[in-house]
Amino acid sequence: MNRVDVLRDEHLTFAEKILTLKQVEENVIKRSGEIAVVSVDLAAGQDGTSPLAIKVFREMGGGKVWNPDKALLVIDHTYPSASSQISDLHKLMRSFAREQGIRLVEGSVIHQVLLEDYVAPGMLVVGADSHTTTHGALGAFATGIGSTELAAVWLEGSIWLKVPETLRVRLDGSLPKGVYAKDIALAFIGQVGADGANYKSVEWRGDAISKLSVASRATLCNMSMEAGAKNAVVEYDSVAKSYLEEVGRSPFVVVESGKKAEVEEISVDCFKLEPVVAAPSRVDNVKAVREVEGTPIDQAFIGSCTNGRLEDLVEAAKVLRGRKVKDGVRLIVTPASRRVYYEALRLGVLEALFKAGAVITNPTCGACVGTHLGILGEGEVAISSSNRNFIGRMGHPKSQVYLASPATVAASAVRGAISDPRDLL
Amino acid sequence: MSVIRGRAWKFGDNVDTDVIIPFKYKARTLDPKELAEHVMEGLDPEFAKKVKPGDVIVAGKNFGCGSSREQAPLAIKAAGVAAVVAESFARIFFRNAINIGLPVLEVKGISGKVDEGDVVEVDLFAGEVRNATKNVAFKASPLPPTVMEILRAGGLVNYLKRRRKREDQ
Repeated sequence: MNRVDVLRDEHLTFAEKILTLKQVEENVIKRSGEIAVVSVDLAAGQDGTSPLAIKVFREMGGGKVWNPDKALLVIDHTYPSASSQISDLHKLMRSFAREQGIRLVEGSVIHQVLLEDYVAPGMLVVGADSHTTTHGALGAFATGIGSTELAAVWLEGSIWLKVPETLRVRLDGSLPKGVYAKDIALAFIGQVGADGANYKSVEWRGDAISKLSVASRATLCNMSMEAGAKNAVVEYDSVAKSYLEEVGRSPFVVVESGKKAEVEEISVDCFKLEPVVAAPSRVDNVKAVREVEGTPIDQAFIGSCTNGRLEDLVEAAKVLRGRKVKDGVRLIVTPASRRVYYEALRLGVLEALFKAGAVITNPTCGACVGTHLGILGEGEVAISSSNRNFIGRMGHPKSQVYLASPATVAASAVRGAISDPRDLL
Repeated sequence: MSVIRGRAWKFGDNVDTDVIIPFKYKARTLDPKELAEHVMEGLDPEFAKKVKPGDVIVAGKNFGCGSSREQAPLAIKAAGVAAVVAESFARIFFRNAINIGLPVLEVKGISGKVDEGDVVEVDLFAGEVRNATKNVAFKASPLPPTVMEILRAGGLVNYLKRRRKREDQ
């Protein structure tokens, strides 16, 4: 099997090519449904999953991780710690990172760190975090794993994966004003259901996707997980090229599906798109904003690995500049990384948000995972730019969460009730 | 592993990891027993008290959707649940369950064939689920050989330990 032939093969999908090329034991073409044991280019873990992985690594008899340069630890889920028990788990991560010579990042969200510092096309990335699918935004095959598997990867540098079937999602045209990648993602999940892409490799295609920034592509690939996707990917193009040049990442190998590859294809209609929400308490309970407009809210949250990037804060600031958050409503803004925070600070975006009445927190997962910095009380209602609205996700089991784009969240914060952002943009 | 026999607890579609075990608990402890005290709290706050060792969860489609938290299957296992049988599973939960040695079987149509409290028998290696109360049996979707090997070892930790031992010899 020749490497170049595989890359050029017109009949293989992105997933088939990358998992074929990364095999450690065999040298045969792997098709959808087959198991491939593959080498990992990057294994990342966060503070919700790594402490357990460290414990399991010891139980496995692990001494040294296979390659510390290909491992990354991030403290983001509860940073800085909200209790002494959590502090103890963070201490465990710090001492493990020191002992193993692994880089440890504190106080930036894992997927934003990966986009800023690590991911390149053609990489195989595993992360002990479900939203690892994000990194298809830069053409990597990236998938979420559990703690025990992370420990096994630390030990062996490889993992078994079933080669997924491909679901291609096509979106042509131009996004109307006030409609963002988040609305596309939610519309898609509403269309196929919370398990509509279960185990699949989701390929985002079409000229509407080509026009999106890397940050927006990250939102799409991130949210694909909420339909069950194993990985998601946007084809490498000039947008990805510029991003990678800007961050100075090279060399890399671009992997793309062949033109005759067997895929299932569906379309999302751009011209029908409007601002949407996922209503409580399922991500596929998708409704147009107008259907729930006027629902009073207690909290509005802009942040997370889904929508806590600079462009998200910029869109929110467009809505909020010169306006005020409604009395009695709290708007919490949590930038996804220290770099995002700094850029937003430098560009005056945080100032606009602050003047509107937002609480600006340090970068962390924070309110999204319901551990600190914005936990909902019984009966409270939130609108959030994050990724999950499950029962109890952001606090009390009797609280409710609506998911939306940062602009919709910002507009709702101004009016104190769920609102269409288009009138305020 | 011999045949599992226990009472069925029924759950619906899309049981997510936040209702299985909220982050606020899993953020602060690695102790499965402590996690087990809160298992399924989001759907049934009394579940942890009612469930008995050897019981079986029978659920609808997409069981375990959401986060990659391995604490979800760990909490279920530590609560004494011997197996989860569902119409389908979310992929990370499924891998995690196998890796920690919690038997999981996918049986199409199972939700309609088992009532809460029915006695259910699960033969993991034969890939069969039997409702002993109603005296009907069902075939589970077959698992790839790699997965069966991990399950036979009782989870990924033992599987890797054994394999590394073999390689050393």
